[in-house]
Amino acid sequence: MNPFKRSPFVIIATTLVYIFLYAPIVGLILYSFNASRANVTFQGFITQTSDRVVMDGSLVVASPCGAFHWYCDLAKNRDVLEAAGNTLSIAFTATIISTIIGTMSAIALQRYDFKLKPFSQLALYIPIVIPEIVMGIGVLTLFSQFFGWLNNALALSGDARLSLGIFTVTVSHIAFMVPFVTLVVQARLQGFDKSYEEAAMDLGADEWTTFRRVTLPMLLPGVLSGALLAFTLSLDDFVITFFTNGPGSTTLPIYVYGLLRRIITPQVNALSTVWILIVFFAVMAIQILQSRDAKPRHA
Amino acid sequence: MLKKLRENKALQGTFLALPTTLWLFVLLIIPLFLTLIISFGKRSPDGGVIYTFTLDNYIRLFGYETNCANGQSACFDPLYVQILWRSLTLAFNTTVIVISMAYPLAYFIARAHPQKRNTYLFMVLIPLWTNFVIRVYAWMMLLRKEGAINIILGTVANWLGIDFVPLEMLYTPGAVLVGMVYEFLPFMILPIYTSLEKIDNSLYEAAADLGANPIRAFLRVTLPLSMPGVVAGTILVFIPVMGTFIVSDILGGRQVILIGNLIQRQFLDARDATFGSAASLILMVMTLIVTYFYTRKFGFGEEIVAA
Repeated sequence: MNPFKRSPFVIIATTLVYIFLYAPIVGLILYSFNASRANVTFQGFITQTSDRVVMDGSLVVASPCGAFHWYCDLAKNRDVLEAAGNTLSIAFTATIISTIIGTMSAIALQRYDFKLKPFSQLALYIPIVIPEIVMGIGVLTLFSQFFGWLNNALALSGDARLSLGIFTVTVSHIAFMVPFVTLVVQARLQGFDKSYEEAAMDLGADEWTTFRRVTLPMLLPGVLSGALLAFTLSLDDFVITFFTNGPGSTTLPIYVYGLLRRIITPQVNALSTVWILIVFFAVMAIQILQSRDAKPRHA
Repeated sequence: MLKKLRENKALQGTFLALPTTLWLFVLLIIPLFLTLIISFGKRSPDGGVIYTFTLDNYIRLFGYETNCANGQSACFDPLYVQILWRSLTLAFNTTVIVISMAYPLAYFIARAHPQKRNTYLFMVLIPLWTNFVIRVYAWMMLLRKEGAINIILGTVANWLGIDFVPLEMLYTPGAVLVGMVYEFLPFMILPIYTSLEKIDNSLYEAAADLGANPIRAFLRVTLPLSMPGVVAGTILVFIPVMGTFIVSDILGGRQVILIGNLIQRQFLDARDATFGSAASLILMVMTLIVTYFYTRKFGFGEEIVAA
């Protein structure tokens, strides 16, 4: 019997920490229904619906969407939609590339010996041990120096000049995502039973067939969780994007940050709430996938 | 060529690892070298970089200004040293508070019924995956003069019959500390949980059988075995707190300037990439030194990947 199991201290501390974790989120969601446009104090819910928005000073009295006024407002905001589009397209591209090259290098590091190996392995730890801002200003310097040089060398002018944008953000995202994919897949490979592959070879399969029919299917859960991790890291990233984005490549975190320095309406809260809901369902889906994967399978 | 590739295992390995290695080389290692080179440079009048070799940026960072107000050739200005020291102490305080909050929670989850564990963990993952910027914003709303905390305190004070003046909490060092603790708490809970969960229940029974009281059993069995998780969590918290600039930017206003804010401003407002690069390298060196000694003393667990 574990003596600490029912310790009141642990239970009280746990409850307090959970409250600390959730109070800000609950407050954020509550204020997304705020009738006050100024969003400083909570002025109650928007109760009436009408075919047009009725304002009384900074107070929304009635709206076609009723209590969900700010969500409708959000859906009409072109900047948000553009930022969401950018965020997703960057995350998709970067995830596909980093999953492919990250899995390749995991296999190389786990299964092969080559001269470059110690260096390849060491490079993976760099994004973990250096602060993100160091990497952010590093890539910013790289791009600005390189683009400046290239623009001069090729005498580019106007729109043809190379500048920061979707491309630089995506390329930099891949740099910090790849190590996570590689480390996750490597961990999966470490716990691998090689006898399946040996059996396939004994039964006459060549190396490529063995890889395609045996190794890859067994590796797939690791690859998928690496890809999911990479995808969420990209969606969530602020620092690297902050230093590498340019006109037209604003992502959602950058957009919200920009709003915080100007006037904040409950629309920001509505955006945050939608975002939190998406996170909620995504995490739930991942957990269900993982628990299914953890159960023993009989093939 | 293809035949050679099929036979040569070393070549295959190199080929497979090459894209990643090259990518990291171009986008991590070259930028670090560029930062180093530029940090020895000089700012040109238009905000560009003049490549030369001078230690001026580092000398300035450690307090010696070369252009002084009263005509002296060199004078001491502790501004930047103060910023470095503030960042270091904030990272230290945040880490200590985060450990003391994360440990009981991780302990609770690890000792909970296996079927309930996933639910409790899920409740940690939601704040973790909620965007960083959104979480700072949530605290901005709570800490404001008209925010929820002051409303609650006001109600309680009113109820007790005490006069209440709303507290100025936003734009203070305390607000930045709370924000940092909130942002990085989940990063400590997960690794500690991972290491606690591995501890075999029979060890507790053995300790109890041998006559150890609960506190002694905790100090001699649980705590030492969970140290890898604490170490991994510390790395995951300490390093990012040192470099984060959003929390201090939004919750600290112009009052709390950390090294992250200093670097960001040099690149975007002041347009002095050379000084910003020097500050960035000092930041990197400081975190590497702390991480190195810390991991050498306590070891480096696989828990870091678990989070």
